[in-house]
Formats: sequence, structure tokens, C-alpha cells
Amino acid sequence: MTGLSRRHLFGWAGAGAALAGVGAVAGCSATAERPALSGAESVVPFRGRHQAGIVTPAQDRLHFVALDLTTDNRERVIGLLEKWTAAAERMVAGAETTPGGAVNRNPDAPPDDTGEALGLPASSLTLTFGVGAGLIEKLGLTDRMPPGLAPLPAFTGDQLDPATSGGDLCIQACSQDPQVAVHAVRNLVRMGFGTTAVRWSQLGFGRTSSTSTAQATPRNLFGFKDGTHNVKAEDGAELDRHVWVQPGDGPAWLDGGSYLVARRIRMHIEIWDRTSLSEQERIIGRDKGEGAPLGEQSEFDLADYTATGPTGEPVIPTIAHIRLASADNLGGVRILRRGYNFVDGSDGQGHLNAGLFFIAFLRDPHAQFVPMQSALANSDDLMEYIEHTGSAVFACPAGLGEGAYWGQSLLEG
Amino acid sequence: MSRTSRPGLRTSVCTGALAVLAMAGCTSTAPQATGGDAGGGAAGGGPIAVDAGDTACDVSAADAPAGTITFAVSNTGSKVTEFYLYGVGDRIMGEVENIGPGLTRQLIVEVPDGGDYETACKPGMVGDGIRAPFAVTGTATRSVDQDTRLAEATAGYKRWVTSQIEAFLPKTQEFVDAVKAGDVEGAKALFPVSRTYWERIEPVAESFGDLDPKMDGREDDERDPGVEFTGFHRLEKDLWVDGLQPDSGAIGDQLMADARDLQTRVAALELTPVQLANGAKELLDEVATGKITGEEDRYSHTDLWDFKANVEGSQGAVAALRPVIDEKDPTLGPLLDERFEAVDDLLETYRVGDGYKLYTELTADDTRKMSDAVDALGEPISQVAGVVTA
Repeated sequence: MTGLSRRHLFGWAGAGAALAGVGAVAGCSATAERPALSGAESVVPFRGRHQAGIVTPAQDRLHFVALDLTTDNRERVIGLLEKWTAAAERMVAGAETTPGGAVNRNPDAPPDDTGEALGLPASSLTLTFGVGAGLIEKLGLTDRMPPGLAPLPAFTGDQLDPATSGGDLCIQACSQDPQVAVHAVRNLVRMGFGTTAVRWSQLGFGRTSSTSTAQATPRNLFGFKDGTHNVKAEDGAELDRHVWVQPGDGPAWLDGGSYLVARRIRMHIEIWDRTSLSEQERIIGRDKGEGAPLGEQSEFDLADYTATGPTGEPVIPTIAHIRLASADNLGGVRILRRGYNFVDGSDGQGHLNAGLFFIAFLRDPHAQFVPMQSALANSDDLMEYIEHTGSAVFACPAGLGEGAYWGQSLLEG
Repeated sequence: MSRTSRPGLRTSVCTGALAVLAMAGCTSTAPQATGGDAGGGAAGGGPIAVDAGDTACDVSAADAPAGTITFAVSNTGSKVTEFYLYGVGDRIMGEVENIGPGLTRQLIVEVPDGGDYETACKPGMVGDGIRAPFAVTGTATRSVDQDTRLAEATAGYKRWVTSQIEAFLPKTQEFVDAVKAGDVEGAKALFPVSRTYWERIEPVAESFGDLDPKMDGREDDERDPGVEFTGFHRLEKDLWVDGLQPDSGAIGDQLMADARDLQTRVAALELTPVQLANGAKELLDEVATGKITGEEDRYSHTDLWDFKANVEGSQGAVAALRPVIDEKDPTLGPLLDERFEAVDDLLETYRVGDGYKLYTELTADDTRKMSDAVDALGEPISQVAGVVTA
């Protein structure tokens, strides 16, 4: 890296010492043996076997953007992807998009870098790139269309808005500092004008999943711990089974990658807040305080779906959220969840426009997400308090080797 | 004035002026007249004759040596016409306007560099004109240092701005006359047309901070006590909303007085290359904030006329700077050409007769496409100032 960085990069040891917990795997990268750091100063490796931002311990902040191609010119797209990759690698390391890009150039020209992250540390920024079916179609690469990008079926109760659904490609920016994530997306979007246009974007302010055993389980806006039994970075073979696309699953360019399913889930939190504690706990299937499955003592106790109460009723109701979504109920299906809470202001009717921006990484959306969401949409009492307003599926290629650019395996493989 | 936009032509009979920078995409609608067969042209000597009819534009030579080139343009048609020599990117090397039927006028133009140019007649003074290739051979002796090129750029832009104001005055007078005659429909038709010339040179007009609020202010702009809402938008509101008022004529007279004041001041204006480049960018900013939003022409909804005029103005400034741009960054000019063309092509899809769809007829999808096209153009436009001064 040359030129000014926003801030010099901290050494691993120094950074790690300052941080709570977090000894997890850095995620998939070639440097995975290094400790994963989640603090402000830490830098998540950009290149590696898998893309960062998937099993990387979930950062607290999200800016997710879906873009459409405004050209079908392959060379133009490659040029942008190369430019994006170079800028992304710099920003992830805490640097400006170009050396000296924020202030050090021609005063008559607009700065290359927009500058709002100047002086901020890397903040564990990860930038995760995915392609949608639209990109593959527009560039005439349909012989490389991975099966997982086939459209999702309609689910009961879907209220999908086309304006917040789909997209030809996506960039997921996660960081411990929201300004660092926004800066990254803003600068990448700017580079794309003329080649890409933003279709929709979503800010998230609190992670709703843990992707490492070193992380505490956070709470969603219903006030419940969420993602206790998530697939985690330490799960080894489980990751290969549930998260990473394996050779033979589809076109080779996606081997080692993962599918990203995004769902914008609006929560009617005002209605939920008028629901009794016992009803809330029955709907979720966990106690609210500790997060333990009903009938158990602590969060990580395994749920006993066969237990019955004095009257013979199941302790965990048959339509409780955790039961419907459990691997037990779905023939062993698991997913890696990496969602975020959001509040997009208010809705004009005195209610918060709030919810959960669900992100899941999985090996096969149709074998994993579809049965899970189908079960939830048809039976889950939670559906009375939520509606899915946005949906998208992207294929995130494997990590980049030295010199490679985002999407190269698809475009040149 | 940070918000400025204006309506454009309704009947695009831009009498008075050149219709400006045609742009790419024009070729499809421009019948190509062959430029005569007098190869070798008027090399050493007399003017190159141009027979400018209503449907043909016969240029008696298709090439000439670099240096001073003189065209003698005879209008053999029935419409008022004009004649242009264009460089790469539709840079106007020179033009002669308002040639009435039966008249012959000369265009004397300095073309120091050899290369591919185009001639164009514009019968009726609208559209992209009847084009033909014109080759300039060799290179005239001159010092082509940076300062010279930049000076040529600012001088060329100044000529263009001057030509716009020359057209702006009579067309605005027509508009004001219609207002004063109580001809509401006539005035409505002329409103976006006269504004077209204003919108093309908006950054220049805005540089006179006292004139712009008087001529182009909005009703809800903050004003000092006692200062009235005047100018184009006051008349727009009269015509479309309130009906003509007792003082509408006086407002019109004031608009004309201000327009003449503008002309006087522009004559003395010295522009820098950076001002040109920033002006090109500001015109697109105007489009993004005032036209695509429907803010400016909130009563008439003729925002797309203004949109087109702003883009033409931006292209005019870029065209003037083009030789410098090409020298400093050979990739930028073609990219700008491509993006300008995309905007033009998109706007053409909203054309209705000589004008455009009203803003109120546009869907969210329409404005989204416009926004994407303007964003795509705005980024490279924003690089021009830096490239020019690099």
C-alpha cells in the first residue's frame, strides 16, 4: 500500500490486546490462523480462500447496497471491478480509495476519496461482493448461471417491493464504525456511475447474529436473543456442508463461494410491544431474559422439542419460531445468519419503520432457505408481527488470490 | 442562485439563434448532403460557396488547408437558415446565423489544426442540421502552447455564449410581447423557448448575482423587504395559474430590461478555463436538482426543455475545452461523448413534436432513468476542471 492511509495499520498484537474477546477465526482467509479482531483498529484480511464478511465475526454495523448494471459492455464492467477491488483493498486496510485521494491532489478537481473516513481506523471493515442473475444475463454468461440464483418462490405473506428487491450485484460493507461502512459504499457507488446504478441500499445498526463462539448472542428488535444456534466460524466441516459451495454443486467459478440471501423484514414493533411476555416467549420458543429454550435453563442448552407440560402440551409450542426454524424440523438444514437491525426513520403513521435486515450465507438457497422460510411463512405466529418487504439472492465467489479482482472467476474463468 | 432551472422550448422554432451544439445521435435524423465535389476546395483563395437550401446543403469543397477558411453561404431556400463548421465533439469552430432567404453571408473561421470537421446547414435554424464531412489538411503556423489553447477555449465559449444571448433577446421579446398582448396561449408556447437560451448559459447568467434572482427567482425564494417576485417564473405563474395580472406587462418589460443588461455585462465578461469547466458541471447539477425533480417549472411543467438546454450548455462548455481535454487526457473526451449521447438519446424518447413531455407526465421510472444518465455524465464532467488545469 502506498501513500497516505487513513491511519497507520495497527499490529495484530497491539490491536488484539485492546480488544475484548474475539479469538475467533478470521474467516476463511488464507490467514485464518490469525486471530480475528473485532475492534476499531483491527484489519480483516481482504484476500484469502473465502471472502471476508461471511464467517468473519459479525461487526456491529452494516451498509448493504444492491446495484444494477447500466451497460452490457463486459470490458467496461471488468474495468469497474478492477477499480473497485483496488479501492476495496485499500479501504479495508484503513486507507483512502487512492493514495492521497481525499485531499492531496489537484485543488481544481473533486477529490477521488470523499473523505469522511479520513482519520478513522480500519474498524474491521469487510467488503463482500456478490453477483445476481441479472449480471450474468446482461453479460451473456448464462451458461455459467449457478443453480442457486434461480428465483425464489413466493412465500405466504410476502409484501415484496420491487424497489427494494433484486439487483445485478451487491456489496455488503460491515464495520465496527458506521461511517467507515458508509464511506466504503459511497465511494464504490461513485466509481460505478455510468456502469452501475444503485437499486437499493440498507443500513443496519446492530448485528442480530453471532458468527463466532467468541461473540455474545445479540438481540433483535423484538428483544430476543437471535441466532444462538447459528453456524459459526469454528464449525469447520459444518461450514463446508452448509455455507461454502462445493465442487460439483454448480459452475466451477463459484466453488468456495457462498450464496447470500437478503430479506428486508419489517417488524410491526408497536404491535409486538403490546403482546404479553408469555405470549412473546411462546411465539419465539425461548425465554426473553436468558434466551434459554423454553423448559431449559441457559441459552445454549439444547431445545427439547419432545418435552411436554402438565397438560400434555409441548413445552415448546408446535409453531414456535425456534422449532420451525430448527435443523430438527428441517431435516438437518442449517444456515449462517448475519443479519442486522434497522430503523429507517418512521412510516408517516407514527410507527417506526423498523425491522430485521436478514442476511444468510448458504450453500444452496433452494435446499436451505426455501424450506425454512416456507415453514415459517406458513405456520409461524411471528408472521403476524412481520412482513417481508424486500428479497434478493446473490452468488458471492470465493476469496481472491493476489492480483485477482472481484468477479474474475466468473468473467474470465 | 442555487436553484435554477428553466423551461425550454415549446415550439422549437428558435428563431434568432443557433440551435446549438447538436449532438451525437443527430446523424440519424440528419440527411447527409454531399459536400459538393470540388475536391481541393478553395485552397488558396476565394470563399467556398455553400448553397443552403431547405433540404440540401451543398458545400462546393469538401476540404481546405488549415488556416483561415471562408465560406460564402447563400440561402436558396425559403426558411431562415444558419451554417456551422463543427470540430470533434461538435465543437463549434464558427457559425453564421439568421441568413434570410435569398441572402448570402460569409463565415470566416480560423482552423489551425488539420483533421476531420463537419459542415452543417440548419434550415429553420432547428435540429442538428444537414451535415457533411469537411477535411482540413495540414497545420497552420502558430504557437500551440497550453496558454494558447486555453485562450482559444475561453474565446470560443465566449462566442457561443454571445450567440445565445443574441438569440435570447428577440425570443424573449416575442414572449413579452405576447404577454402584453394578452395572448396567453402564445405566451405559454414561447415561454419554454425563450428560456432555452437562458438555460444554456445559466452559469454565466448566474455569475451576475443581482440579475439572476430578478430574472429567474422562485416565488418562495427569500427576498429583502420590498423586493418583489419578478421574472420568468412570475410570468409563468400568471400564465398557468393566476391569469395575467395588471402588472404582468410591466414584469415583462423589466425582464427585457434585465436581459439587455445581461447582454451588456456578458460582453465585458472574462472567463477562465476553470470557470468553463465548472460551468459545465454546474449545468448538470442544475438538471439533477431542479429539472429531474420538477422544481423549477412548477407551474408550466416544461422542465424537460430546461433539461435539454442545460445539457446543451454543458456540452457547449466542454466542446470549447475539448482540444485541451484531448491533449491532457485522451480517454476523457470519448467518454464524455458517449455519456452526452446517452443523455440525448434518452431525452429524445420524451420528445413530443418540437418540445417534450410535461414533467407531470413522467413516471418514477422515467425520472429514475434520467437520474442514472445524469449521474453517469456528472462524474466524468466533474473531472474536466482538474484535467484542464493539470
